Amino acid sequence: MTAPVQHQSSTPQRALPPVLELGVASLICTLAAGIIVAAQVPNSHTLWPAVVLLVIAAGLLVACGMLMIRIRPFAWRPFRQVWQWAMLAYIVIAGMLEYVFIKDKTPNNVLVMLTLLLVAFAVTVPTMLAFSVARFQDPAAHE
Amino acid sequence: MTEIATGARFESPAAGAEAPPRPGALVPKTIVPLQGLPIVGVVLIGLVVAIASNKLWAVDFFHVVGGALWTGIDLFVGFIVGPILGRLSIPARAEFSARFMPKMMLIMPTLVTVTLAAGWQLGLLKGFVNAGYPNHEWAVASYVVVAVMAVVALGVLEPANIAVLFEMRKPEPNGEVIAKLMSRFVWAAGITGTMQVATLIIMTKLASV
Repeated sequence: MTAPVQHQSSTPQRALPPVLELGVASLICTLAAGIIVAAQVPNSHTLWPAVVLLVIAAGLLVACGMLMIRIRPFAWRPFRQVWQWAMLAYIVIAGMLEYVFIKDKTPNNVLVMLTLLLVAFAVTVPTMLAFSVARFQDPAAHE
Repeated sequence: MTEIATGARFESPAAGAEAPPRPGALVPKTIVPLQGLPIVGVVLIGLVVAIASNKLWAVDFFHVVGGALWTGIDLFVGFIVGPILGRLSIPARAEFSARFMPKMMLIMPTLVTVTLAAGWQLGLLKGFVNAGYPNHEWAVASYVVVAVMAVVALGVLEPANIAVLFEMRKPEPNGEVIAKLMSRFVWAAGITGTMQVATLIIMTKLASV
């Protein structure tokens, strides 16, 4: 009978800060802001709740970054690898939606808001994906 | 966006009677199947042309086809394929997942992008997204439904899927990690399935006005 000791060494399972949870909270704020803006089209009477949610989303995203930087050691190489490719994919996705908004001559203030929300979206998702992979990688194996 | 709901458990040699999957034999060379990228490119170019032309049929086509496939795949995978996979042997589940999940990572984001972009344009053409539209609340309800599905898919399923794919590429995959990551697929499939049924109700309601 073989003990699964090797498995443990190749896949670190340790207590990490709640990066993924903060990322999900940021995503929820971003999507909620998007709903508030989209629900008012073509008007933009009440954008301030969406602005507040966007600021919270950005703050949570910054907190994610700060928490990750403090993780020592951390498998940054796989993180960057996943983040770059996921970022490319989400730039395409966000770009398609941005194209639709520009094509439809969305009013400037609404367009700026939607663009910032798409940027937040396109940064949050790759960060969550990359962290999900990197957290289970052995940092020593990627130095 | 249900990626896959297997509930699969990969066990270490010490823990289970069945032999564990040999990851080297199961896992494709790349996380995302590169041969599918040209197809995605063609679909996205078609979407841009449809939106640029602003023709009702073209945007309706992309929205209906994309949405039907998105909903159909979600419900089929979540409630038909998932439970069947749960009853298969561990190596069979592992082999299926290793080949199935990369394809889903390409198919589902494409379908979602096509459906949402074409749907927004269709809503503008038909007036659904206009705040003054009589049944506008149904359109807003669809935004909420999509947002819930996005949180489940992007915040729960996709991170787990990609982490599982990376874990399976290791010389010695950790069965505990894979089982832990995949355990969330069952309840996520339930939420996504419920939201997809809500989508069907909302969309048929809007189309019947």
